[in-house]
Amino acid sequence: MESNLITEDKQKNKVEKAFEILKTMASKPSGLIGLTIVLFHVVLALISPYIAPYDYKAISPNTMLLAPSAEHWFGTDSLGRDVFTRTILGGRTALTVTFFGSLIALLWGGLLGIFCGLVGGKIDDVVMRVVDAFLSIPWILAMLLIVSLLGTSTEVLIPALGFFYGKGIVRVARAATHDVIAKDFIVSARARGHSNMSIIWNEIIPNVRDAILVEGAMRWSWMLLGFSSLSFLGFGVSPPTPDWGLMISNARGLMSFAYWSVIAPIVGLSSLIIGINLTADAFAKALGIDRSTKAPV
Amino acid sequence: MLLLILKRIGLGLITLFIVSLITFVGVEVLPGDACTTYLEREAYGAALDACIKRLGLDVPAYERYLDWASNVIRGDFGYSLSGEMPINEVLGPRVKNSLVLASVSILIGIPLAIVLGIITALWRDKLPDIMISTITIFSMTIPEFISATLLILIVAIWLGWLPGIVIIPSDATFYELLSNIILPVVAISMIMTAHMARMVRSSVIQVMASDYVQMAILKGVPYWKMVFRHVLPNALLPAINVVALTIAWLLGGVVVTEVVFNYPGLGRLVIESISNRDLPVVQALAIILASIYVGINLIADLMTLMLNPRLKSLQIRK
Repeated sequence: MESNLITEDKQKNKVEKAFEILKTMASKPSGLIGLTIVLFHVVLALISPYIAPYDYKAISPNTMLLAPSAEHWFGTDSLGRDVFTRTILGGRTALTVTFFGSLIALLWGGLLGIFCGLVGGKIDDVVMRVVDAFLSIPWILAMLLIVSLLGTSTEVLIPALGFFYGKGIVRVARAATHDVIAKDFIVSARARGHSNMSIIWNEIIPNVRDAILVEGAMRWSWMLLGFSSLSFLGFGVSPPTPDWGLMISNARGLMSFAYWSVIAPIVGLSSLIIGINLTADAFAKALGIDRSTKAPV
Repeated sequence: MLLLILKRIGLGLITLFIVSLITFVGVEVLPGDACTTYLEREAYGAALDACIKRLGLDVPAYERYLDWASNVIRGDFGYSLSGEMPINEVLGPRVKNSLVLASVSILIGIPLAIVLGIITALWRDKLPDIMISTITIFSMTIPEFISATLLILIVAIWLGWLPGIVIIPSDATFYELLSNIILPVVAISMIMTAHMARMVRSSVIQVMASDYVQMAILKGVPYWKMVFRHVLPNALLPAINVVALTIAWLLGGVVVTEVVFNYPGLGRLVIESISNRDLPVVQALAIILASIYVGINLIADLMTLMLNPRLKSLQIRK
């Protein structure tokens, strides 16, 4: 009974704390704008299949390259497909792939980083050398190679993106672990005879969580950038899946007389990336982490 | 000091060695080898045998790796399947073209970034800062292919000032290149400048708040003298590393920009070699691009070491 009360109290504290962070984030205009944009995109992604006015893959020669009108709000593309429908569904593809990709990146990057920071020594040296090596291969080359050999289904894209964007998190998690590992409570936990697993779970993770989450939020926007670049180059999701990068690359050649079919996905993708960036920045500031002096890695 | 430099170089070489292992093992582990990948459905009979012989795929993997690695060290990257010529001949003009593009962008980008960074820091949270910072945030977050596409749409199509997509042969002369790279240079330096300007800004702000700058203000040092004498030398030093990382990071972005503008550089070769499933070229590109990355970072590390006496003694004690 009593222990129940305590956990309930803890739960409440967690919710309250999350709410507090959200409030701090929204207190500045840039954070508020970012949160609003992200929320808008998430809601749109959830409801888009139900509000889409047309079938996203319905090809029709009668409606090719129509200018925006009451029937086709954003016009139609070179195959006669409704640009509005494809734009709102495009967010769904982008958000799903990058959300699960970031989750994978956070998990393996965070855990490996904490592990390396904790054990140190030879294992740490070897792992960090390998991570450095992976960091020095341009992401685009590595992603292209994987995708061209294994195919462009989401089952390949999500783990591949998750793997490639996790290597930077390894470094952040390792550095954050180094910061806490010398603290007294870890030393005393060791003295109490706790196992490595228990120390990681109960002592280190609660203390490095913030740094890793902030890094993950930032990676999310980079992953979105990477994913849409892949689609743009023709190595991302395959047609006729509605995807912003793919739409931009298809409509690019015709934009001298049908600019609408390139503008709509550009606005969608740019706003989402800017929204995630602003949110991640506000999130970092709300948690008291300064990221402004870091370069993209 | 010399020992430290040698150690850094050694670490860089180890990284490159691991990169070469990764690219080699990656190609081995992933389904298909260079020949079946390249030939696709025609991978049987005489064509396959000839290809295997050509690339020497019939010897064990470790022997091939040693062979390949020793050739790469001597500067021979092997044979391009799709180009049907030595990779070095494919690479030559591409490297030159990319170098022209990169150096013009850097020459414009770095001074511009420093000026913008200083302006935004000195007028922090005032109108110039808010305006410039908003623009930099936009240009660094928007994907390269979007800013490049928008540039073509606005400058080339709507305003009609410049040709949008030009066809440049990969062996174009320096002058031919220079007159055609305005838009790609703008697209690349926009992002690069934005990243670096933000870094310079926060670095200047940090130094402005330090004790010795406060001391200089109290002593009555004229404002601009203080900025140039006390703030900038200290603020720009840590920026060197970020400049290096940004340039290295751009290696990926340049690929996309080159594709959008149809520019015959290393970046488009990446896409071409992957579309042609030409694995020997992909391997060569991986090791070259990784070397550039490691090299730039090494130079930046050494520069910071040389320029910062405090860091030097600290490192030696360590």
